[in-house]
Amino acid sequence: MNFLSLFVLIPILSMCGLFFSKNLQQIRVAVATGASLLLVLAVGLVFAYLGERGAGNTAEMLFTADTMWYAPLNIHYSVGVDGISVAMLLLSAIIVFTGTFASWKMEFLQKEYFLWFYLLSIGVFGFFISIDLFTMFMFYEVALIPMYLLIGVWGSGKKEYAAMKLTLMLMGGSAFLLVGILGIYFNSAGTGMPSMNLLEIAHSHAMPLALQRWFFPLVFIGFGVLGALFPFHTWSPDGHASAPTAVSMLHAGVLMKLGGYGCFRVAIYLMPEAAKELSWIFIILTGISVVYGAYSAIVQTDLKYINAYSSVSHCGLVLFAILMLNQTAMTGAVMQMLSHGLMTALFFALIGMIYGRTHTRDIREMGGLMRIMPFLGVCYVIAGLASLGLPGLSGFVAEMTVFVGAFQNTDTFHRVFTIIACTSIVITAVYILRVVGKLLYGKVVNDHHLALTDAVWYERFSTIVLILAITGIGLAPLWLSDMISGSLQSLISMLH
Amino acid sequence: MVYANFLLMKEEVSLVAVIVILLVYDIFGSQKSLKYFQPIACVLVGIHTLLNLSPNIEITAFGGMYHNVPMGSVMKTILNIGTLLVFMQANNWLASERTIIRRGEFYMITLATLLGMYFMISAGNFLMFFIGLETASIPMATLAAFDKYKQKSAEAGAKYILTAVFASGLSLYGISLIYGTTGTLYFEDIPAGITGSPIQLMAFVFFFVGLGFKLSLVPFHQWTPDVYEGAPTSVTAYLSVISKGSAAFVLMAILYKVFAPLVYEWQSILYWVIIATITLANLFALRQQNLKRFFAYSSISQAGYIMLGVISGTAMGMTGLVYYVLVYMLSNLAAFGVIAIVEHRSGKITIDDYNGLYCTNPRLSFVMMITLFSLAGIPPFAGFFSKFFIFAAAAQQGYYVLVFIALVNTIVSLYYYLRVVKAMFINKSEIPIESFRSDGYTRISLLACSAGILGVGVLSIVYESIGTFSFGM
Repeated sequence: MNFLSLFVLIPILSMCGLFFSKNLQQIRVAVATGASLLLVLAVGLVFAYLGERGAGNTAEMLFTADTMWYAPLNIHYSVGVDGISVAMLLLSAIIVFTGTFASWKMEFLQKEYFLWFYLLSIGVFGFFISIDLFTMFMFYEVALIPMYLLIGVWGSGKKEYAAMKLTLMLMGGSAFLLVGILGIYFNSAGTGMPSMNLLEIAHSHAMPLALQRWFFPLVFIGFGVLGALFPFHTWSPDGHASAPTAVSMLHAGVLMKLGGYGCFRVAIYLMPEAAKELSWIFIILTGISVVYGAYSAIVQTDLKYINAYSSVSHCGLVLFAILMLNQTAMTGAVMQMLSHGLMTALFFALIGMIYGRTHTRDIREMGGLMRIMPFLGVCYVIAGLASLGLPGLSGFVAEMTVFVGAFQNTDTFHRVFTIIACTSIVITAVYILRVVGKLLYGKVVNDHHLALTDAVWYERFSTIVLILAITGIGLAPLWLSDMISGSLQSLISMLH
Repeated sequence: MVYANFLLMKEEVSLVAVIVILLVYDIFGSQKSLKYFQPIACVLVGIHTLLNLSPNIEITAFGGMYHNVPMGSVMKTILNIGTLLVFMQANNWLASERTIIRRGEFYMITLATLLGMYFMISAGNFLMFFIGLETASIPMATLAAFDKYKQKSAEAGAKYILTAVFASGLSLYGISLIYGTTGTLYFEDIPAGITGSPIQLMAFVFFFVGLGFKLSLVPFHQWTPDVYEGAPTSVTAYLSVISKGSAAFVLMAILYKVFAPLVYEWQSILYWVIIATITLANLFALRQQNLKRFFAYSSISQAGYIMLGVISGTAMGMTGLVYYVLVYMLSNLAAFGVIAIVEHRSGKITIDDYNGLYCTNPRLSFVMMITLFSLAGIPPFAGFFSKFFIFAAAAQQGYYVLVFIALVNTIVSLYYYLRVVKAMFINKSEIPIESFRSDGYTRISLLACSAGILGVGVLSIVYESIGTFSFGM
């Protein structure tokens, strides 16, 4: 048994523990243990990975394990990680950990809530450790369906509409994806036994360009729906706004990264020729995502909608950077995934806490909160500054790398779109500062708000962990960017 | 006639033995001992299933009239398991006042239709096939009308028999044209005589209509919602899985074996039938309120998915089809088990009645949920795997567009399956279905179905062992 499988096993065991727990105390013990173990495991994995690389192991995927599953179809359960998946696993573990504490005071049906929450995390972790297309796709779908109930039962606002829209749109994406996966599977082996293994497919190079032209857009759109690719992003604002706090955190923080990671790992890694040829279409679409998302955020008044549109913009930037097809930009894309995951989770956690106190998310009905709840206010400012790219926080490192990488493409088309995407930084500053000014520093709009209390221990705990991670990446990004760009070598050599 | 031939047909012989034992017991058993009719029927069918668990070898008996392939035996085992599950769920309904005197009939008639399906599966000659088809169809009408004092049930029986007879007639006409052009009715010899002449195409189309009716493929599906709604729930369950599963298998076997020379023609017919079936049924299912009608349309669209395994014409398609039927059977029987017990205890049958079911009956809601997720093809439930394999089989032959259409339809189907999930888990109700404890048999059957839905997908051995018996064209 490979230790990577623990990422799937620990949530399963926590779910078993949850299933048999009888009161709130036991439920909390079960989820806190599970989440902490996952975080320890993820941090341990980072050190194990860096140690192994330091010892000179240059294999593309480390810690691989392979078990035959469906022999007639050559489907395996195979796991393995490279620098990118390690980064994603770390991100997921941090968000699951903080999300668990953010939903510490769940009001009703706690057991069911955490069961679904952990099922969702099984999907997420399983997706990042898999290197077999079938297993990967299976975990991808496992991660989608719990969202329906999590939003539908525990959400707020027009939750049923949002839950249904989100589920159907994401499943629609997976319809594209499955056709693409089947196309890759049957056409990538030439005359031999078709394989689902990512490495085998990538190294065989057997897929003709004519077919790649068909299946690349399918796979890219399939994952792009989850990565909020324009015009398939419309599920995201409604979904995020209606979801309960921890689910918004996990969804914007991790699940949207499944899209980016999938685009990179399946679409571009397996079909590099088509990616080179067709990337321009998607560069246009992601360019629209980046700018349009930012502009939409400006006019919103609901805090969650602002962050949801900001997520569309930032996740668009991830896909945009991936499509630049060079090492610097792709490193930036992964850093951006990490950075956006952490800061958007922080945002949603804070919004959840503010909403829990003021019972409104409309910025017109709030003001001067900095005086009333200084801890939450300061954290919100930090999250905002990370989002608009202040040096020293993670957002700066990521966006900087992305734009430097994007500008390395010397042709006019790429440069024009890079400049267009760059404008989003300014727009981001507009909506972040507007919210911070109105929400935190303005006059107190509602006198009832004066009686509100600041964050309590579990809220402080989860926000501090997230802030530490954000500043950690911002101050010491090199180990991370080395780890990521080292893993991009084989893809880059395929592209050139 | 060589009587030793009977010994080769061990599956049919043991089923007939079960029927005869039940018949004798029903006639001669005292009123008091008849209380145990259900357990005895279940045990007998269980023994019959276990005896025939290892697939029979390939045999030809009665000069080629009877031809059994190992895959046929696998299919029969799946049907046996399904029948056993239906029997376990049927008792609540049968024990009610008006049907209790006739409960023996239910088991015997059901097993008689099962025998008909056996003959359909193992036919080596079109006449044998036709006898099997009729044996499976006509008693089915009496089952649909079993609650004859209810108008809807009687109406369902009448509708079923009329459409069934009409479809069989068309089928028989097709068979006669085949006999006229090839001079034989033996499956072995027909392919050599098929030239692809227009009259043979016509023969194929007429023949296809007969089985299309049993499978309720669009446009031969009109009877399905009415019959499913009117028939007693256990009969509907039987109709929707056992009858449909056997017909799908037989259609595939005959298309592979007999109509192999016409492969391009039947593939193109099937192509459009699949698209029409899946799409129309899904669109109609969207607006259903009555759960039995809802599952009628759902089962029509599932039949379309099943046909995706046929259209490929490969061994992989055959494995996918049989596996799909198994998974579909487990899922649908779990759903009908829940519907039957809820209907029995509260008389409620519409989706709105299920509002807030999770608060009062969490376990039943949970079973219903995994069932619906399995039908919609959501992992880790078995439905995901069966859908994947059947799509893979079709995609292997290059039907990417068809697979894509089918996949888009799974999203539509997910929408209406989620409607039920939403009713149970999200909606609140003023008058929820009261909390109740279901009886032991229903529990065991629901538990078995749920275990199957969870286990059949993850454990690859089921798929692999089905795969060892499959064959392509």
